[in-house]
This record gives sequence, C-alpha cells and structure tokens, in this order.
Amino acid sequence: MKKVKWLISPVVLWLGLFLIVPMLIVLVMSFMQRDTLGNVVYSFSLDGYITFWDSLYLGIYWDTIVLSVLTTLICLLVSYPLAYYIAGASPRIQNWGLILITVPFWINFLIRTYAWVLLLRTQGVVNSLLLNFGWIDEPLQMLYTKGAVLLGMVYNFIPFMVLPLYVAIEQIDKRQLEAASDLGASRWKAFWHITLPQSKSGIMTGSVLVFVSTAGMFVVTDILGGSKSSMISNIIQSQFLGARNWPFGSALSVIFILTSLVLIMLFNRAMQSRHERLKEGNS
Amino acid sequence: MNKRSHPLLGLHSLLMMIFIYVPIVLVIVYSFNNTRLSGDWKGFTLDWYSSLLKDRHVMEALVNSLIVAVTSTVVATLLGTIAALTLRDLGKRWKNPMNGVLYMPVIIPDIIMGLSLLVLFSQLNISLGKATVIIAHITFSMSYVYVVVNARLSGMGRQLEEAAQDLGATGWQTFRYVTFPQISPGIISGALIAFTLSLDDFMVSFFVAGPSSTTLPIYIYGQVKRGVSPEINALCTILILVSITLILLAQYVLNRGKGQKKHKMLPI
Repeated sequence: MKKVKWLISPVVLWLGLFLIVPMLIVLVMSFMQRDTLGNVVYSFSLDGYITFWDSLYLGIYWDTIVLSVLTTLICLLVSYPLAYYIAGASPRIQNWGLILITVPFWINFLIRTYAWVLLLRTQGVVNSLLLNFGWIDEPLQMLYTKGAVLLGMVYNFIPFMVLPLYVAIEQIDKRQLEAASDLGASRWKAFWHITLPQSKSGIMTGSVLVFVSTAGMFVVTDILGGSKSSMISNIIQSQFLGARNWPFGSALSVIFILTSLVLIMLFNRAMQSRHERLKEGNS
Repeated sequence: MNKRSHPLLGLHSLLMMIFIYVPIVLVIVYSFNNTRLSGDWKGFTLDWYSSLLKDRHVMEALVNSLIVAVTSTVVATLLGTIAALTLRDLGKRWKNPMNGVLYMPVIIPDIIMGLSLLVLFSQLNISLGKATVIIAHITFSMSYVYVVVNARLSGMGRQLEEAAQDLGATGWQTFRYVTFPQISPGIISGALIAFTLSLDDFMVSFFVAGPSSTTLPIYIYGQVKRGVSPEINALCTILILVSITLILLAQYVLNRGKGQKKHKMLPI
C-alpha cells in the first residue's frame, strides 16, 4: 500500500480548489471595493470594515451575540439534566435515548423550523387550543417575534448540546461517585465536585457547536422572526444574494469567523481556569 | 447512577422528548388533515399527497435533488475513501494538517462555505447550476465519508494486511481481498450519510444553485416563506421518512460486522 501515496493528490487538489482557495478569496475580497453597479473593484480599501461601524450593523452584531449566547445557555440548561439522565440509565434506555436524540439531526432543520410555524401562527395549534379551552379570546401574536426566534434556535440545536454532554458524562468513572458517597458526600456535592468538572469537555464542545451554529443560521430568523429581527448571517446572506455588495458581505463574514474564534478561545480559557482552581482547591 | 437519580430528572427527560417530537409529529399529522387553514383536525385525507405528485415544480426539484445526490455521493465516497486509506500511510508531517483540512467542512458554518463557493464560481466565470451544486455537495460530503471510513479503518488494526503481505500478496491483492471487505460497511454507510446530507442540504445549495437547479429544500424554503400550504406538510413528511430510513440503514450496515467495536452514529 506504501506505493500508492500519490492517490491522495486528487483529494488535496479538490480541497485546495473548493475549500481553501474560496476562503482565501473571501478574505481578499473583504479588502476590496465595489463600484456603483455592484461589481467588485480590485483596489485595496477598508470600506467593508468601516461600514460595519455603522450603528445599524453594530446593533445587529450585538443582537446576534446576545441571541447566540442566550440560545447556548438555554440549550445547556435544558440539555444537561437530559444527558445526565441518559448517561446514568440502563443500557436499554441509554440506547433508545441516544437514538431519539440523534433522529432530529437527520430531519432537515428547515422542516423542524417550519413545524413551529404550524404551532405558533395565528390559526396555529397553540392558538386553537387556547381558544378552544377559552383561556384567551383573541389569537396571540407569537410568530414573527424575538421569542419565536429564540425558541426555534434552542429547538434546532438541543441535539448539538445533548450528544457531546452525554459522551463526556458517560466516560466518568462511576466508582468515583460511589467513593464520594461512601465518604459521606451528598448527591449534590458529588455532582458538583466530580461530575460537573469532568464533563467540562462536553460543555465546551456543545457550547461552541451551538454558539457557532446559531450565529450562522439565517433561516430561523427568516422564517420565525419575519422581517422584524435579523442577525449578522441575514445581512451576510442579503449582501451576497440581494444587495450585491460582496466586499461588505465578505468583511462581515471575516468578522463573524474572527468573533467565533475569539469567543471560543475565551470560553476555553474560562473553562480551563475553573478546572485548575478546582484542582488546586482539592490538593 | 440511575437508582440514585432524582425522579425529577426522569420527568424532565420525558418532557424534553415530548418537546422535541411534538412539532415533528404535528407536521406528519397535518399532512393528512383535510383543511387548508385552521389548526383544528378536520378529517383524514390523502389529497395533499396526490396534488404533490401532480405538481410540476415539485417533480423538477425532486429530479434535481436526486441527480445532485447520486452524483455527489459517488464522487464524495470515492474521494473520502481514498483520503482515509492513503492518509494512514503518510507521515505525521502530512497526516495532521490533511486531517485538519478534511475536518474543516464538518466544523465551518454552512453559510461561510456556501458564500465562499459562490465567490469562487463567479471569479472563475462558472455559471450556477446543477454542476456547481454537485461540486459543493462533494466538498462537504467527502469529509463525512472520510470520518466514517477512518473510524472503521482505525478499529480494524493491520495484522491481517501484514499477514497477507507476508504470504506474498501484492499491494492490490491485499487491498482487494483483505482491506476492502473489512471497510466496505464503512464505505456503504459513509455513502448513505453523504446521500442524506446532499438530499437535506439547504444552506450551501441556496448560495450556489442557479434558477434552473432548485432542489427540494430550496423549494420548501420558498414555499414556507410564501405562507403555509398543506402540500408542504406532505413533502416534509416524505423527506422526514426518507432521511430517517437512510440513516438507520447506514447505522445498521456500519455495525453489521462481527467482532467490530460498535460505532455510534454521532455526526460530531
């Protein structure tokens, strides 16, 4: 098999041409200008990055970060107990739990988002039920609100959080918990000092996945938020497919990637130091 | 841990499952509901399925989706498998960076992948159509095939291959009669995953599809933006069932081999 190393060359070529080069072009394009017709002019400029400092775009950028952080936190809060329960259950329940969590992954997120339109719209299921029970007299406006967007995001990304958490919690040596309880630790204390610190990698992976996916998802805002709310990904999308200001769209994309990287690094460090503090405290 | 776990934990998990599945089940139920507007149940009907079959645009989108999925699956499976096979013979200096690049499509946001390909195609003056969608799908599917085949490869060890070589088998014979039979479940299951991903992709396709290459997810997006029509429930129901079937099949194939360590189908 050693003689056929060159077989890798089509793979290298393909990834170079269709993965690396396109990213580099976007990076270069973010420093270009555009003319009045929307064509890209190849001369260096920081226009894209300067436009970003407009209060309109800064506001949307801030909204995106807030929405992504909120989505990540809510996902973490509702997913941890679920992952904890599945990881500690009998093998049969574990198996079924995992299958049930994985299945939504393979159902198109467009469909999963659309499902909430059926629930939330004026003549939707929720309003129908509430009206039939006589709890409200008029249908509530739930679709096209920020709450609907947050709900749609959390709903879409729960599996992204549960699976890494499960993997991390499942790997913890259960004898440590037994030892803790033999030594008189309460269930809560054992959780706080053993399970939580050791599931850190799962919290980390899940949070990064949810955060980055939320920020990059323009469809949920589009379908559940209507025209009222938008995120940086909605602006990127419209700059590329509508307004045809590619340098600005590229600059926003670069800012998006950089923000994600910085936040991932900060998060990583925060988790690290917490863990180290715990270690020091224990010794 | 379970015996000691709090009853509230079980209740919470149950409620979460209900939260996850109620919307999905509703789409399926509504695809049989005999009404265009209200949220109430108005009786069973198959009308939405029959009007779906008669819809020319849906059928065009279906054909486009299938052409794209089949073509990209074949190429992505080939390239992904080659990558997994050749990479294990490369030294660390090449292996690690290549591994990193191969994982990139799994990690980078779809929107970035879609728009960067759009920019590339426009710079090369390639007009958008089925070909550009196929290229994009090959690029991300290849990585998933690589991940699955690689997992299978690293689980199998090299003793059998070495034994074959010791017994005088040529490189090709070793591959044909020893390596390939062992990794074929990984290849088949990688291909099924690639097919599902292609059939389901919206974000990347949205950027690189021309007006004549609308795929099913792009069609659904257009319909949902315009408002709710019951035909969409029928179309979504069909897509849900197809995706789940393909993935369960992939899982089954991957775990069929005896004595192999079980692979969990975690897409991350």
